[in-house]
Amino acid sequence: MEKIGVYIDTGYGIGEALDIDALKDVAVKEYKVPLCKTRDYWCDEDAVGEIKSDIEKEGLDGLVIAGTSPRVHRDIFSFEGIYVERVNLREQVIWCHPAGDEDTQMLAEDNLRMGIARAKKSSFKPLFPETLDEDIDKTILVVGGGITGITAAQGAADAGYKVVLVEKEKELGGWAAKMYKYYPVTSPYTELEGPDIESKIEAVKNNDRIKIYTGSRIFKLQGAPGLFDAYIMPDGDWENKPSYLVYEAKKAALASAEGKEDKKEEEKPPETEAPKEEEIPADAFKERVGAAVLATGWRPDDPNKLEFLGGGKFKDVITNIQMEEMAKNGAIKRPSDGKEVNSVVFLQSLRENEENPLIYCSSVCDMVTLKQARYLREKNPDAKAYILYKNLRAPGQFELFYKKTQEDENIFFSKGNVYGVEEEGGGLVVKVKDSLLGEDIKIKTDMVVLGMGMVPVTLDSSVLNLDYRQNAAVPTNKFGYPDSHFVCFPYETQRTGIYSAGCIRQAMDHASCIEDGLGATLKAIQCVELTSQGKAVSPRAGDTTYPEFFMQRCTQCKRCTEECPFGAINEDEKANPLPNQTRCRRCGICLGACPERIISFGDYSIEVIGSMIKAINVPDEFEEKPRILLFICENDAYPALDMTGFHRMQYNAWIRVIPMRCLGSMHLVWIADALANGFDGMFLMGCEKGDDYQCHFVKGSELAGIRMEKIKETLDRLMLESERIRVETVSIADYNKIPEMLDEFAEKIEELGPNPYKV
Amino acid sequence: MSEKGSVLVVGGGISGITTALEAAEAGRKVVLVEKEPYLGGRVARMNKYFPKLCPPTCGLEINFKRLRQNPDIKVYTLSQVENISGEKGNYKVTIKVNPRYVDDRSATTQCVEECPSEIDNELNYNMDKIKAVRLPLDMAYPMKLVADRDALEKIKDSDEYNKFASECEKKGIKINLDDVPKTIEENVGSIVWATGWQPYDATKLDNLGFGKYKDVITNVIMERLASQNGPTNGQITRPSDGKKVETVAFVQCAGSRDENYLPYCSGICCLASLKQATYIRDQYPDAKIYIFYIDLRSHGRFEEFYNRVQKDENIILIKGKIAKVTEDPQTKDLIVEGENTDTGEKVGTKVDMVVLATGIVPSTKDEPAPIDATYDEFGFMLEDPAKSGIHPAGCVKKPMDVGSSLSDATAAALKALIDTVK
Repeated sequence: MEKIGVYIDTGYGIGEALDIDALKDVAVKEYKVPLCKTRDYWCDEDAVGEIKSDIEKEGLDGLVIAGTSPRVHRDIFSFEGIYVERVNLREQVIWCHPAGDEDTQMLAEDNLRMGIARAKKSSFKPLFPETLDEDIDKTILVVGGGITGITAAQGAADAGYKVVLVEKEKELGGWAAKMYKYYPVTSPYTELEGPDIESKIEAVKNNDRIKIYTGSRIFKLQGAPGLFDAYIMPDGDWENKPSYLVYEAKKAALASAEGKEDKKEEEKPPETEAPKEEEIPADAFKERVGAAVLATGWRPDDPNKLEFLGGGKFKDVITNIQMEEMAKNGAIKRPSDGKEVNSVVFLQSLRENEENPLIYCSSVCDMVTLKQARYLREKNPDAKAYILYKNLRAPGQFELFYKKTQEDENIFFSKGNVYGVEEEGGGLVVKVKDSLLGEDIKIKTDMVVLGMGMVPVTLDSSVLNLDYRQNAAVPTNKFGYPDSHFVCFPYETQRTGIYSAGCIRQAMDHASCIEDGLGATLKAIQCVELTSQGKAVSPRAGDTTYPEFFMQRCTQCKRCTEECPFGAINEDEKANPLPNQTRCRRCGICLGACPERIISFGDYSIEVIGSMIKAINVPDEFEEKPRILLFICENDAYPALDMTGFHRMQYNAWIRVIPMRCLGSMHLVWIADALANGFDGMFLMGCEKGDDYQCHFVKGSELAGIRMEKIKETLDRLMLESERIRVETVSIADYNKIPEMLDEFAEKIEELGPNPYKV
Repeated sequence: MSEKGSVLVVGGGISGITTALEAAEAGRKVVLVEKEPYLGGRVARMNKYFPKLCPPTCGLEINFKRLRQNPDIKVYTLSQVENISGEKGNYKVTIKVNPRYVDDRSATTQCVEECPSEIDNELNYNMDKIKAVRLPLDMAYPMKLVADRDALEKIKDSDEYNKFASECEKKGIKINLDDVPKTIEENVGSIVWATGWQPYDATKLDNLGFGKYKDVITNVIMERLASQNGPTNGQITRPSDGKKVETVAFVQCAGSRDENYLPYCSGICCLASLKQATYIRDQYPDAKIYIFYIDLRSHGRFEEFYNRVQKDENIILIKGKIAKVTEDPQTKDLIVEGENTDTGEKVGTKVDMVVLATGIVPSTKDEPAPIDATYDEFGFMLEDPAKSGIHPAGCVKKPMDVGSSLSDATAAALKALIDTVK
């Protein structure tokens, strides 16, 4: 920024703990800022008024406000069109370091130096291209025309958006339309409910805002949020099209991965590419859309895997899907001879056995069984139903349906492990151990119904055939679900603008699918709205910065295109990165990846952070004041460090803090800068990684760890102790552990002695 | 006065915060009303989420960050919706906003320690006392102190109090006991009700000893005991004598799936107990944990978490319903007894502490919305498009885990968008 005003807050005890005149000298004498003011509580209304009038009178374009943490009063210190840099003197200086102390003062002065340096180097450029705004299309693409997709399409249309709905079957409705009855979701939750999907299908068909393609699939989805082009291939001949539509390999991987935790590699979908331009069939339709709801649902697990239960072997061992079809078509009869069924054994939790422990539970199978036992009894009042289970799962108000079902004397419940089903005397025999009676029992029955697990179709198919550099499929987790943060960002995938809904993201009941269709649609709408304003979506919602690539210096090393957790960057034939601005989440991981240092944000770049490092006064080795640079993730670790201060826990004052958008945006050159500047140690603090990662940008923390391992090797080669660099993961609740971590590291650095490159 | 197209969200727990943010980031103006002095509700009082065992403050922080930077959301804490009239598209809402009785700009907590008056800490289920002037939580939003007027009124003429108040004043903290509640009116086009849940009152379960024996606690109390910002700084110890625990029993379905108490299943208690078992195991390498359950309901991908916990040999899962808990008056040990629900065999053991896995009661059971809305027989709020038009979100609708509450609350945001289409 060109003209910066510095405002130092002396309230909150800052004025007593620090030498404010010396701080002022830093701004006025060292940095020669045109305006530097001090007072108690700049957050007060009259003070904010004063800042506003300074902005106008002095023509300031940047402010440095030194006082509370940037996490506090963000709303108050927000001025239209003005760059605001906050210098943390309270939480991270006076609350965690002794007042009136030389080291505390040096820390405060360095913090101010870093703030002013950053404000000077930062700019609002590059601006998001205005032309993009006009091109942004807000149509919502819904893929999958089951209950989830239909609800999503209707919801988007009701909210005023155009919709393109694509369903691979000839008719809309999916599984919901194939059901005979639903288990109850309305009070008093005890009686079966009829399917109500027909009216919903009609409503969607008659809605002018919704354009429907049935019997169609997405051949290719290219582009970025607001600018997607969907190539839709009609009328069913896809099975004979190129093999990328079906992942046979993936199916095999799933079969082998079930329960085998050491086979993670195989669980990943095979790398595939979207079809090329010339492969697009002439009869494909092209639709411009802004964001997509992925609602392609599930398929039942393969009953052939359950041969020991007669799955795929005996005609009268059927799946719960077949049972539903039979009931919908009329009477429930034995497939083998068409005789009326007088007894049925229902089996649940089928993948749960010693060799093959269940990875996930399909949530609804027990409820489906209860439902089917009930309608079996309705259709055939003489029939008996036996329900064998491990843990009968009827959560929430479903318990009442379970209870009501238990009242029927001809529905028998028993816990037990079924170890075999055999054909015997014209019927079936189900063999059970660990039953209630404690001994092995055999149940003779006319028919066995297998409660099949639900498998997300993302395990079989790339579905959207994304024209993305990383893979044509949306990345999936160990369960095969395409998600990114299970608890906190439920609908998000690792592809910006594509939101998963319904059974594709976890097995769920009909009522939950309806809510899910609406929720994912909201996210899609939010995406097109924010995108049209040049803003990022969550977790940096509203951020208007975006990265600029200085292409002249690019060496086509592909690191940025490989490491972006959101697959935002494509490549041309020569491996030049093709940034897709509207896919970008502004985490800066590409910046951290680029060895040529060509990727920058206006307020976050090699130069901006480098200027902060260089701004710090590093005492020479005779002063015996080592300096440690703490690169800290601003999402969790930074607030945790604030909390350390809030609890007045003390830690070493040699530490200088630089917040990172994500630890994955940490660039190795900053380590080199720090070493060259005489820093003795570098500490990197980021979020938890691994399966249960807390990194807001999925892979950032992990990538930082990998990069640092590499630089440690380099340090060792340079005969510089690799212990000078430490990477730790912390959670936001670890504030009480941080002082020990930092102090221990500081001790270690003191032991190692000064950085030999120190001037 | 807000414009007609805005959205009222009642309840500032994780569901309400989510609906508010999702609707606002999709372009609506939002009014968020919370009765406590802080946002976060039940989640803010929890130690970790299952199955990731990550801290709720992580998710809250990111939401608070979104709130701080979004000028389209107006947040009223210490507030209650008193009256609603009108209909979908055009509601008139009256909100009572209570003062904090203290203004500190942004919580510094300096001086708070010197406050001469203490009150029960409701946040920690009254296990400890707090100062009458306090920050409700260390990561509270808004980051502002709040004062208990009633407690301070009692001592306001004392020298001690006046000295405290003037010390506060010097530090920029102004206590004002004469402040009065304000009533404001908002015009909104859509209302989302997300007032959440209350833990089932365990004192009703006579046979299980809660309220009678100090070392019988509930699952929500366990969350506070395990939390760093809880009454024991995260140390799980016996409430009666502060001793370390060696054996703990979890009693599942404490009052749930029982026609005498709560006929429904709360869906999350099995997982909460599995999670809490890991808290104890983390602190005590030799502790033994018994979980007595009817059906272990770990639906969906929570099954994997269940499998993980089961691998710990010191966590013993026993299928059985506990009929009673008694105390050995000498040793203060607790004896849990019951029967295996399937086999009829007796089960039981002697333990240091008992955790009752109590269920979820919708807040609307005791505090319905001030408009003619629709509820099921347990007090859960139902959608009633033809009547009140209010959308329930989260646990006010049915028992659900945090992830499900978030997805449900996001769906509610779309309903609000639809109600307010221009």
